[in-house]
Amino acid sequence: MLPDMIVYGVIAAVVAGSAIGMLVSRNAVYSALFLVLNFASVALIYLLLGAPFIAMTQVTVYAGAIMVLFLFVIMLLGAEHLPDTQKTSNQGVVAFVMAVVFLAELGMVLLRRGGDGLPIADLPAGFGSPTAIGELLFTRYVLPFEVVSIILLIGIIGAIALIQRQKNTRPALFVLEDRAPEEKEA
Amino acid sequence: MNVPITFIIGLSAFMFTVGILGVLLRRNAIVIFMSLELMFNAANLLFVGFAAYHQVLDGQLFVFFVMAVAAADVAIGLALIVMIFRNRHSIDVDKVSSLKG
Repeated sequence: MLPDMIVYGVIAAVVAGSAIGMLVSRNAVYSALFLVLNFASVALIYLLLGAPFIAMTQVTVYAGAIMVLFLFVIMLLGAEHLPDTQKTSNQGVVAFVMAVVFLAELGMVLLRRGGDGLPIADLPAGFGSPTAIGELLFTRYVLPFEVVSIILLIGIIGAIALIQRQKNTRPALFVLEDRAPEEKEA
Repeated sequence: MNVPITFIIGLSAFMFTVGILGVLLRRNAIVIFMSLELMFNAANLLFVGFAAYHQVLDGQLFVFFVMAVAAADVAIGLALIVMIFRNRHSIDVDKVSSLKG
């Protein structure tokens, strides 16, 4: 039990430290890199918790694809630093107090309802392997799987429609609507 | 892993709170968005932790779906941020206040 606790403690310290680093970094690029470190260490915890497939998905989808997209947009917009403006009066103090109250509430509820504090038992071999996940995904969860694929398709269409640069100032979606009746007449 | 589930709950609650602080304190829209991702991650950690605790695989499937929806979410959200930047030349959320009376 003790070696596991030490390994988990070190990884948890990295997770917590990188989360705080993301919060306090003035430069948005540093924030993004701290978040990559956070996602990678959470993936390590997933590995320890018997979820190798989810850990690999975390690394490829989150730490890989999503964070590259973030870094790309930050550098594209040149938005590493915001020019200093007057801060809203004591907004930070209120936010901090609310966060502490929230953490206390969350901790209280979760600790009281979240099980008996027993250690996690040893998992059977093959738990969380790609085979097991795939079997469940294509039997019991096949409908959510299809719904997610449609959500991703709509996401692609939405992103393209939003970004598309038009000569007039109206968004691309409205222009498409205007053109539709003309095609019907022809 | 012989670690009490309480530790995982505590780490997840801490990550979620840091995410909330990021949303409340930061003014850069991209950093606010990254804080949202941190909160997704805290919820995912709980899902995986309890999947191992109860030895049921369904929690890991939920994490899979959350990740897929988060990917679509990021694509749309970053497109919106790029649009706001193009129109206003800033992504400071305090300056996007046209609807304020």
